[in-house]
Amino acid sequence: MAVLVGVFGDLDVAEDAVADAFTVAVERWPVDGVPPSPAGWIITTARRRAIDRLRREASRDDRHAQAALLAAQRAGPHEEVGPVRDDRLRLIFTCCHPSLAMPARVALTLRLLGGLSTAEIARAFLVPEATMAQRLVRAKGKIRDARIPYRVPREADLPERVKAVLAVVYLIFNQGYVGPRDELCDEAIRLGRALVKLMPDEPEAAGLLALMLLVYSRREARAGGVLLRDQDRALWDAAMIIEGQALVRRLIARNAPGPYQLQAAINAVHSEGVTDWPQVVALYDQLLLFTPTPVVALHRAVAVAEVSGAAAALALVDELELETYHLFHAVRADLLRRLGRRDEARDAYAAALPLTESETEQALIRRRIAELATSS
Amino acid sequence: MTQYALIVHQPDGDPPADIDFEAMGRELGALRQEMESAGVWVFAGGLAPASTATVLQASGGEVLMTDGPYPEGHEHIGGLTVIEAEDLDAALEWGRKSARIIGLPIEVRPFQG
Repeated sequence: MAVLVGVFGDLDVAEDAVADAFTVAVERWPVDGVPPSPAGWIITTARRRAIDRLRREASRDDRHAQAALLAAQRAGPHEEVGPVRDDRLRLIFTCCHPSLAMPARVALTLRLLGGLSTAEIARAFLVPEATMAQRLVRAKGKIRDARIPYRVPREADLPERVKAVLAVVYLIFNQGYVGPRDELCDEAIRLGRALVKLMPDEPEAAGLLALMLLVYSRREARAGGVLLRDQDRALWDAAMIIEGQALVRRLIARNAPGPYQLQAAINAVHSEGVTDWPQVVALYDQLLLFTPTPVVALHRAVAVAEVSGAAAALALVDELELETYHLFHAVRADLLRRLGRRDEARDAYAAALPLTESETEQALIRRRIAELATSS
Repeated sequence: MTQYALIVHQPDGDPPADIDFEAMGRELGALRQEMESAGVWVFAGGLAPASTATVLQASGGEVLMTDGPYPEGHEHIGGLTVIEAEDLDAALEWGRKSARIIGLPIEVRPFQG
């Protein structure tokens, strides 16, 4: 797909061409046998078919077809395998261009790089398929009409643009994680791996991949909202933890920290047999330098509770302005419970309840309220 | 090459007193020079205040005339620059320079191809 966008400079033409080629493959492969390089065969066939179709349309005065045909001729005959690596990277930067709204970036990335169908993306984001289809059409229209370029940004823009790409992948992962929708998490991790391969000099890309692997490794143990300290560690995915921790070790040696790397490092500490809480607090201190937000400060306070006690943590939490964030109330409630202030704890849990839409989290909060009522 | 409009969105009413218009004018002049020598400059102009506008609207064979800008809003187009750029990234770079000088929101929008 990425190769063909490179050839035609037009997303719609490339998409139609690939669909055409697959139709031909379905007819021919069972008869002729699968070719030695199926991907190369699809690319070559798609390219040939698209040029035929564009020639027909170009003769009918279709300006778009003429432009795409010109682009294809300029691109010249494409190698069978082609510089897929560069094409994929260009396509990522186009799909995640900051001039597109975030939902459009996410949808384009999943459709064009993840290969999810429009219906699948719509289901994952709980919107009607027609809405998602329209979102994609509009985004592709903007790429074409505003001429959002199909290339790797220049050096000066690169840090900002890489950040935009990583944010899209992380958002896809989180959407999958809270869903929970494993297929989105799997896709985000696949994209993360691709980014690490495509941008080996970008430590934050490796940081994001490590973060996703380490968080995802605990998905089964977390099912139903089980907190980290109560999780059955036998359910953790050991292979993912080993890979994530290895990535984190290499990143620490590189010593160019960033927010994703630090979050990965925190999760790597949690993946050890016994959590080194002072280490976690130190990592949150560093993370606060990059992202000085109350949400990060809240997570830091949770770690402080393990090092300096619930009273010290509660003093920190009470200074945060996060009244509308359910975790703020849930963390307060837990600290109050540990301090034996049961009535206040119950009130705080009750405040958290209407602020989350996740059924898993609501069930967890109700369970805590029930526990407070029975164990008195 | 595509033509892009860099449109200045200007709030209605008097501008804040602390703006040094002379310095802004000098910087905009220098930016225009830069655009011209880069071969991207097509046209630029600042508009008189929105209160000087007249709106015409055809309705049932007649053309109605109203005093003032359309529609009623808190900001209107203050001016625009038309440039010719290779792609959106190139246009955004010029837009960024304008935004830094003018301090108001700049809308970057392609002309229909």
